[in-house]
Amino acid sequence: MNRTTVTIGLASCGIASGALPVARELERLLAGRGDVEIKRVGCIGCCYMEPLVGVVRDGRTWTYGRVDVDTLHRIIDEHLDKNVIVKDHLILTDGVEGEEKKDGSENPRMEKQVRIVLRNSGLIDPKNIDEYIARDGYRGLTKAIREMTRDEVIKEILDSGLRGRGGAGFPTGMKWRFARDAKGAEPNAKNPNGTDKYMVCNADEGDPGAFMDRSVLESDPHSVIEGMAIGAWAVGASHGVIYCRAEYPMAIEHLNIALTQARERGFLGGKILGDEDFSFDIYVKEGAGAFVCGEETALIASIEGQRGMPRPRPPFPANSGIWKKPTNINNVETWANVPWILTHGSTAFNAYGHGRSRGTKVFALAGKIKKGGLAEIPMGMSLREVIYDVAGGIENDRKFKAVQLGGPSGGCVPDSLLDTPVDYESINATGAIMGSGGMVVMDEDTCVVDVARFFLNFVQKESCGKCPFCRIGTKRMLEILERITQGKGVIEDLDNLISLAGQIRDGSLCGLGQTAPNPVLTTLKYFRDEYVAHIVDKKCPAKVCAPLIHYAVDGGRCIGCTRCTKACPVGAISGEVKKPHRIDDEVCVRCGLCRKNCPVSCISVE
Amino acid sequence: MTAAVDEVIPNMKSRLDPIVEKHRGKRGIAIPLLADVQKEVGYVAREAVEYVGEKLSISPAELFGVATFYAMFRFQPQGKYVVRLCRGTACHVQGSARVLDQLERSLGVHDGETTKDLMFTLQCVACLGCCSLAPVMMVNDEVHGRLTPEKAVQVLQRGVAP
Repeated sequence: MNRTTVTIGLASCGIASGALPVARELERLLAGRGDVEIKRVGCIGCCYMEPLVGVVRDGRTWTYGRVDVDTLHRIIDEHLDKNVIVKDHLILTDGVEGEEKKDGSENPRMEKQVRIVLRNSGLIDPKNIDEYIARDGYRGLTKAIREMTRDEVIKEILDSGLRGRGGAGFPTGMKWRFARDAKGAEPNAKNPNGTDKYMVCNADEGDPGAFMDRSVLESDPHSVIEGMAIGAWAVGASHGVIYCRAEYPMAIEHLNIALTQARERGFLGGKILGDEDFSFDIYVKEGAGAFVCGEETALIASIEGQRGMPRPRPPFPANSGIWKKPTNINNVETWANVPWILTHGSTAFNAYGHGRSRGTKVFALAGKIKKGGLAEIPMGMSLREVIYDVAGGIENDRKFKAVQLGGPSGGCVPDSLLDTPVDYESINATGAIMGSGGMVVMDEDTCVVDVARFFLNFVQKESCGKCPFCRIGTKRMLEILERITQGKGVIEDLDNLISLAGQIRDGSLCGLGQTAPNPVLTTLKYFRDEYVAHIVDKKCPAKVCAPLIHYAVDGGRCIGCTRCTKACPVGAISGEVKKPHRIDDEVCVRCGLCRKNCPVSCISVE
Repeated sequence: MTAAVDEVIPNMKSRLDPIVEKHRGKRGIAIPLLADVQKEVGYVAREAVEYVGEKLSISPAELFGVATFYAMFRFQPQGKYVVRLCRGTACHVQGSARVLDQLERSLGVHDGETTKDLMFTLQCVACLGCCSLAPVMMVNDEVHGRLTPEKAVQVLQRGVAP
């Protein structure tokens, strides 16, 4: 029999779903078997099906989802030993949902994707540089140094149309050119503008609802390192920093392993790939938890060990960044694109896209959808396709209400705009932003006023406090929204929200403040009725806002089973066995546990 | 100063001196220095900050200015189990507020507080990046996904069971 490889996904989401006991059992079962190799891989983005186990044999791949220890035994007994596929757990064949797909859906999740950033995720062992190299790894860097000039590399990136994937969408090639043209210290023969410059990877993925950077760093750290080395060579930088959130311990671990391996192979360090004039090394700087540090100047302050507060620009980081040295900052996803562009050429990259947005974008799909996880789609695909085809549609077949794009800086896009193509300009036109690619889908059971309040609460807490409009204005907006969700709002509140929003946008120094009102503005624009229902009718149409809803037992249908009484955490339900129960509205905390535990569905919420 | 430190935390001087030496003479050290102190002491203790600040000629005000800015730093001792409940967007939409209510009720503490027996610290965090498994919480380094209010409490009960 041919040699077989069994892969197990061990990124954070896999582990959270219980992949570690499966991995331990896999090692125990296959110990001493020479014909099977175990490979610990990262995340292929099908988080909704974790833990994932793959069988690679005769050049084909079968991927199994929701694998527990019992299923693993079956995979080994049936597939490995008898070559019979375990159909009821199979989700992908050869990376796509083929004829053997499990759920019979007509909307393939993988076929619609174009995987550039995620090209290796879930396929290679992130702790093994040889597997990265075997899949064209470090070929882009080699090509840049051996076959191209520095200007040609920058031109290639410019021609590709690659724009910053962190949210702002600034052309990456232009950023590099500014950094290359900036005067720095320590010039050499090939870099008359100096080499005492910094290349930074912004891995401070603070946007709640986005997790693609975590996944790339955990599953394919070398793609980011190679991207940074290519950028450093083109710009003439000798220092590299990856600023990574401390909340991502596995990403930091994998990065440090990858950095050591890259140094050992001569892709980092002195005289890289034999170029006398190119020395570059990278270290990982752990963030300490502050959303505003995603902003470039705040990130620089944090790397310097100060409070992470933004400062006015100019001077731009390209001229005066870390320790006042020329500094170029790109985010994780942007860097991971770079090696692919160098290897395949700007034309191949440019072939995907829509308008001025070229290439792909990775989205973190979450919320009320069937298939949560990561998906990389070509720019220009409609939001409808992403939500209904790639993400599988709405969970429990409820009605779609809105999709939140761009996190706290973004906005909610309603049903009527679902045909909007995914590109920077089209999404901006809706009032939302592309942002870092968080996509949280909401159904009819989600209250948009509550979501707006949620985001205001977030930015109000994360405001660094430097600009009064942001510091105080977001607080006032939050207070208004809290009043509305408690049923104490007045109709003038809506005008006040809009007026405050304009002042905060105009009076804030950095992106956090300038975009903080977006979630409120977009929900007011598209869902004004819901605000009015909270204020005038004192009702929450989605039945989320606790002070506006009431639980009641239908006495005629209640069988007196006492399950609700037992489930209630605050003792709000009374009644004798086999007689109708009642809920004390004063005591009730609206947790919904009674309703969930009622066997005859006699508890209503109004 | 030294005596005060030793009074609050035993052997503090011998535990903090290696940290001081590790960072001496480098620039931009405030965050890693404070992180090391927190790791050693369990929290950012005022006496410890004053001690290392004096040794490295950094004013306590500057160090506390940095420490209070970032979510990572704590100023009280923590429980044996640190429960980090994700309050990110996806978790919010999937009902993490109700999980929080239930945890607060069952532990008898609010966000940011520690139970009297020093067993549990409850902490809300912005996003753990496991949005597809929402709602999510981390108990020490272990992530638990697809929570319900009941399941969250069961996880903690399992944690303390012998």
